[in-house]
Amino acid sequence: MEKVNQIIQKWNTDPDFVIEMMQDIQDEFRCIPREALEEVTLKTKVPLARLYHIVTFYKSFSLTPRGKYEIQVCIGTACHVKGAPLILDSFTRELAIQIGETTSDGLFSLEGVRCLGCCSLAPVITIGDNLYGDVKVADVPKLLAKYKEGNNE
Amino acid sequence: MNRIQSGDLNNIREKRVHEIKKFKAALMVCAGTGCVSAGSFKLKDLLEKELKERNLDNEYMVVPTGCNGFCAQGPIMVIQPDGIFYQKVKPEDIPEIINKLIEGKYVDKLLYKDIETGNYIPKMENIKFFGKQQLIALRNKGIINPENIEDAIARGAYNSLAKALEMNQQDIIDEVKRSGIRGRGGGGFPTGVKWEIAFKTSQEKDVIPYIICNADEGDPGAFMDRSIVEADPHTVIEGMLIGAKAIGASEGFVYIRKEYPLALERLEIAISQAEEMGLLGKNILGSDFDFDIKTHRGAGAFVCGEETALISSIQGKAGEPRQKPPVPAISGLRGKPTIINNVETWANIPVILDKGAGWFADIGSGDVSDSPWNGSSGTKVFSLVGNIEHTGLVEIPMGITLHEIIYDIGGGIPNGRKFKAVQTGGPSGGCLPASHLDLSVDFDSLTKAGSMMGSGGMIVMDDKTCMVDVAKYFISFLKDESCGKCTPCREGLIALYQILDRITKGEGKNGDIELMEEISQTMSLASLCALGQTAANPVLSTIKYFRDEYEAHIKDKKCPAGVCKELISYSVNDNCTGCTICSKKCPVNAISGKVKEKHIIDPELCIKCNVCYEVCKFDAIEVR
Ligand SMILES: Cc1cc2nc3c(=O)[nH]c(=O)nc-3n(C[C@H](O)[C@H](O)[C@H](O)COP(=O)(O)O)c2cc1C
Ligand code: SF4
Ligand code: FES
Ligand code: FES
Repeated sequence: MEKVNQIIQKWNTDPDFVIEMMQDIQDEFRCIPREALEEVTLKTKVPLARLYHIVTFYKSFSLTPRGKYEIQVCIGTACHVKGAPLILDSFTRELAIQIGETTSDGLFSLEGVRCLGCCSLAPVITIGDNLYGDVKVADVPKLLAKYKEGNNE
Repeated sequence: MNRIQSGDLNNIREKRVHEIKKFKAALMVCAGTGCVSAGSFKLKDLLEKELKERNLDNEYMVVPTGCNGFCAQGPIMVIQPDGIFYQKVKPEDIPEIINKLIEGKYVDKLLYKDIETGNYIPKMENIKFFGKQQLIALRNKGIINPENIEDAIARGAYNSLAKALEMNQQDIIDEVKRSGIRGRGGGGFPTGVKWEIAFKTSQEKDVIPYIICNADEGDPGAFMDRSIVEADPHTVIEGMLIGAKAIGASEGFVYIRKEYPLALERLEIAISQAEEMGLLGKNILGSDFDFDIKTHRGAGAFVCGEETALISSIQGKAGEPRQKPPVPAISGLRGKPTIINNVETWANIPVILDKGAGWFADIGSGDVSDSPWNGSSGTKVFSLVGNIEHTGLVEIPMGITLHEIIYDIGGGIPNGRKFKAVQTGGPSGGCLPASHLDLSVDFDSLTKAGSMMGSGGMIVMDDKTCMVDVAKYFISFLKDESCGKCTPCREGLIALYQILDRITKGEGKNGDIELMEEISQTMSLASLCALGQTAANPVLSTIKYFRDEYEAHIKDKKCPAGVCKELISYSVNDNCTGCTICSKKCPVNAISGKVKEKHIIDPELCIKCNVCYEVCKFDAIEVR
């Protein structure tokens, strides 16, 4: 909870910045815990119902924890045309999870994002902070294996 | 750093130019998002190390820059002042690059090779992709270190601000109006007119207006704004300062997508450097003008790019659009007049003040001397992506044709395939067929043809793209992104999606096309915001230009482009050499065959994952 308070302080408990606070909370805990929301309500006086509305409205937030490595598959137009749906299929197949889910070992979660702004490299994905361009279906098992071994360079 | 006065800008520029001149050459390493993912930071560090070890660091300098717009060939390195262009540079190339540089020669294998002649082209300006462009918004791309304000000042940054500070407010607005510039974020509303509304309203009501920069860039397949902010954040800040001075604002906001962490970081560095120098904050450049900029990160909602939704999001609420009027220029953030402009619009403002409205108005198409609505002045940045030889960012004068962009600049369609369509205008734009390639690229021509200028995404599609699938893609995108506030948009998109989904699965019925047209009409008439009003464009334009493809899906249950999974099958043709790679890679073991013999795919087992097609080197996999 101390962490949550630090985050709230960073934004000067300004109610205009609750979305920013929650983005930091999401980054910290990989989800938005209920206790954190209560703390934000207490400090900023923004009603809990509005915070829930925000959490469910914006795609960045999740109420259940996301995986250690968040996989984002770009499903923007340029990537779509260059085969993103096939890449997404291969992730759901290899990980046996759907978009929005996390693997049972807590290692990976899978999201589709609307464009990573690297459309020249389409199809593009990110795993954690790393961005990969020109991804092929055949690359997916190799990439996942690398992260499973904890070698994510 | 000291807070500076207007007169100091010149000194800083001269000092920096002098410093740069001491070096024999500058190695500009692209540090835009694309090149960073290809390893450009490491490259920069190694370059610096090598130069130091060889005692050359006083002769050659290494400068990290923003995106050069040629990301697919990254990491990019440009050696100035000669403009030598290297692509796909690897750490092991560094010693040779330096050796050749000292000898005044080039490393041939890193040069760009002309696709027609096969000749190496050493200089950036001689590469067709770059040579045909005209840079205004992107004038500093690849030339400055975006994290060094003095580099920006050396290229003239903040001069136009100094000019604006001497001008009267109405005169600034008139200058922008006369330039004819129209918003680059999608709507194409004349910027000067918007400013005037906000200025007049705040004077009448005696309130302080706000300034917002829209850097949400929701349009998938577009990265103009990302590149501008990454390459030259100061032009955006300067544009906002000029706007603020013009309408009398003292606070501004930049709303930027959280998917752009590098752009945000550069912007924040630029803001704090500008603050330190007294280019932001109180008494800017020694005048009585005060202005502050804060940044807000978007949290992943497309509709937040819409101005009223964005304003709601800045105030810490869910980003739902509201009824217009009143437009934000009359009642926006906290009920005050607010001008909200796109990143690229802001990036043009300093140049308009610097070179004059007349200069700007002469670029582009149409005659804007009576009204900005009569034409499209200036340039537009497009992100040219999809099935095209040279993907990247291009800034071109308005009014050139699609053909010039796609073939002369973009180099045409790769892999010997045929052009099928070009999509502009983002998710609610349209797809134009080959018969429209001679269309002039400006606000009004594109709208008339059933597409839109939009914010600048230009996605080229070859004959392996299924237009029904593309329509379904956009509708699915918009269905997920509709805020759900009004019924026609929410329900209309669900209905359209269901019909398209059926068609792509071979379950289309006679009358489906007509039904979709009817739903589209209702949505465009009855939706609250532009998302719903224009959402049916991808469906309508694909029906208009590619009706036979819909009919092939509905009547013949075929997907001619070989995309819709339920309607296609994979097989092996006689090109097969029996190399066995496909059978090894197939995740479900659907491929069998002996070494050096033709393989076969079991259609019962095949999950159509496309791995075999990808890995086959002999074009032996057929998708039909
Ligand atoms: C659904 C929707 C999404 C939009 N997304 C963006 C966006 O990502 N970036 C942008 O600059 N404008 C976007 N716009 C347009 C803005 O509402 C607004 O018109 C624009 O920011 C005004 O700036 P301009 O006049 O400089 O273009 C969007 C509009 C709609 C309806
Ligand atoms: S048109 Fe769609 S996105 Fe716009 S307000 Fe209505 S439901 Fe929301
Ligand atoms: S469409 Fe995928 S990165 Fe832009
Ligand atoms: S990031 Fe280097 S060219 Fe775009």
